[in-house]
Amino acid sequence: MAMLEVSNLSIAFGGLQAVDNFNLKINKGQLYGLIGPNGAGKTTVFNLLTGVYKPNEGIVKLDGKDITGRSTIEINKSGVARTFQNIRLFKDMTVLDNVKAGLHNHYKYSTVTGILRLPKYYKLEKEMDERAMEILKVFDLDKEVNYLASNLPYGKQRKLEIARALATEPKLLLLDEPAAGMNPNETQELMDTIRFVRDHFDMTILLIEHDMKLVGGICEELTVLNFGQVLTQGKTAFVLNDPAVITAYLGE
Amino acid sequence: MKKNLMKMNKITKNNLITYGIVVVAFIIMQILVTSGNISSLLQGLLVPLCVYAIAAISLNLVVGISGELSLGHAGFMCVGAYASAFFSKAVGEGMPGMVRFILAILVGALVAGIFGIVIGIPVLRLRGDYLAIVTLAFGEIIKNLMNVLYIGMDSNGLHFSVSDAASLNMEADGTVIINGALGITGTPKDSTFTIGVILILITLFIVLNLIHSRSGRAIMSIRDNRIAAESVGINITKYKLMAFSISAALAGVAGVLYAHNLSTLTVKKFDYNTSILILVFVVLGGIGSIRGSIIAAVILTALPEMLRGLSDYRMLIYAIVLIAMMLFNWAPSAINWRERVKAKFKGKKQKTDKKEAA
Repeated sequence: MAMLEVSNLSIAFGGLQAVDNFNLKINKGQLYGLIGPNGAGKTTVFNLLTGVYKPNEGIVKLDGKDITGRSTIEINKSGVARTFQNIRLFKDMTVLDNVKAGLHNHYKYSTVTGILRLPKYYKLEKEMDERAMEILKVFDLDKEVNYLASNLPYGKQRKLEIARALATEPKLLLLDEPAAGMNPNETQELMDTIRFVRDHFDMTILLIEHDMKLVGGICEELTVLNFGQVLTQGKTAFVLNDPAVITAYLGE
Repeated sequence: MKKNLMKMNKITKNNLITYGIVVVAFIIMQILVTSGNISSLLQGLLVPLCVYAIAAISLNLVVGISGELSLGHAGFMCVGAYASAFFSKAVGEGMPGMVRFILAILVGALVAGIFGIVIGIPVLRLRGDYLAIVTLAFGEIIKNLMNVLYIGMDSNGLHFSVSDAASLNMEADGTVIINGALGITGTPKDSTFTIGVILILITLFIVLNLIHSRSGRAIMSIRDNRIAAESVGINITKYKLMAFSISAALAGVAGVLYAHNLSTLTVKKFDYNTSILILVFVVLGGIGSIRGSIIAAVILTALPEMLRGLSDYRMLIYAIVLIAMMLFNWAPSAINWRERVKAKFKGKKQKTDKKEAA
């Protein structure tokens, strides 16, 4: 069964049809790419999938469950996590606390328990620490746990954002331009990490990317958006050689 | 994992230092008081010092931890003060002083906390400057409401009015408890320095433990990035309201302490000047630094009185101290210098550690 199934998704901002009749089907465990020129509506699709915007039309189904129009919090709870195009970390909190904030809905104790430091507090905090360290180790961030997030170098900030998203234990991970601003070495490393995340966490991943090397290197299937509409969809090699796609990117 | 544990220890250590400073300051003051080495003027300031310290800690929870600017904290102090003073007067000698005062503190905190929730629900929809202005307005509304409120008690129960004492229509045996602009007179003077310090410690305990818990992380993550906080499933409204109402309740406790220190309670003290003053403590002590709030509150409350001997130059020096503290805390070059000194100090310590190990 499809992990994510989107049908006829549309949204307009005033007179601008930002996303028009968007369809998408991603199977469990797939690494799927969403590409397109600037302003094509890629991030808008992400915002629709995560409940930041409510669609005018269309249905979003996650693992068979209808999540259309739900709030961001509910959608995250039902298993969608994301990163952002412009990094949005909790910058004045430590690396560890960033990930622990991601664990918020999985290790629950009340505020009173926290203030009175009841035994449950120590037990769950310890479990949270262990789980957070486990995730951070995957991203090679376990040596920087006590750094403030804003003090991390750029590439590690991107990784931390993915780590935080994974802490919410999603079924579907949305990555918005994970390689933006990275040098070729960092991009290569990131590709390995994304693949590792997919295999290690048994994750389904949808990513927006401009770096064609990354897209060609790890995505199994692609959807190309142009002016809010799907230009073409299919296997990566096929899509990247489509003359219509090349035209959309490079012009006539 | 080991590093992790070290970090936990660092937080606990930091918190313990904060508690320690309060306790040591308390002991020193107690010794000074008992040995008579302290002017009666300063002695009269001891309880207000505690009041302002608690108010500053509570406001720091909103400004520093939750990241919202509130200019209405004197309003919550006012609510706490009036609710508790009313309670104490109504109970009178009906129960032993200590029990009455503990209950009065709980009443003050509870009522102020409820006001925090009621005001917080509409107000927290706003952000930044707008939030600040609206909280300022709410603070003034509370103050003005209290100014025209008359409550009396007789054998038939309570009587309310917002015009004057005569319109309460009480029996002959009735007493007016809240007398409009004249406020509440004859509140039992239950506040002592010792109780004030205990309340500071309790406030610290609540705030510091809250910060380093699941809820505290949620509150701070909203401060740092709302959109990201929502994307990891954190309920923004719930945690902002929680920080705001806990802060209001603690400000209420400061009000209780204030009300039971003076025999006459009027609303004059709870105007926006007090709100701004508390904000000054928070900003000077370092936004988000709980320890700093206490220190700034104590210095800036005690200073004007201690400088009384300088008469004309008093406010001048007060202003200079304000500016100096602000520069020391927030000027980029001062921050750099402090970091360097810290690093040097740490380097030395590490060297000696190594020597000892060798």
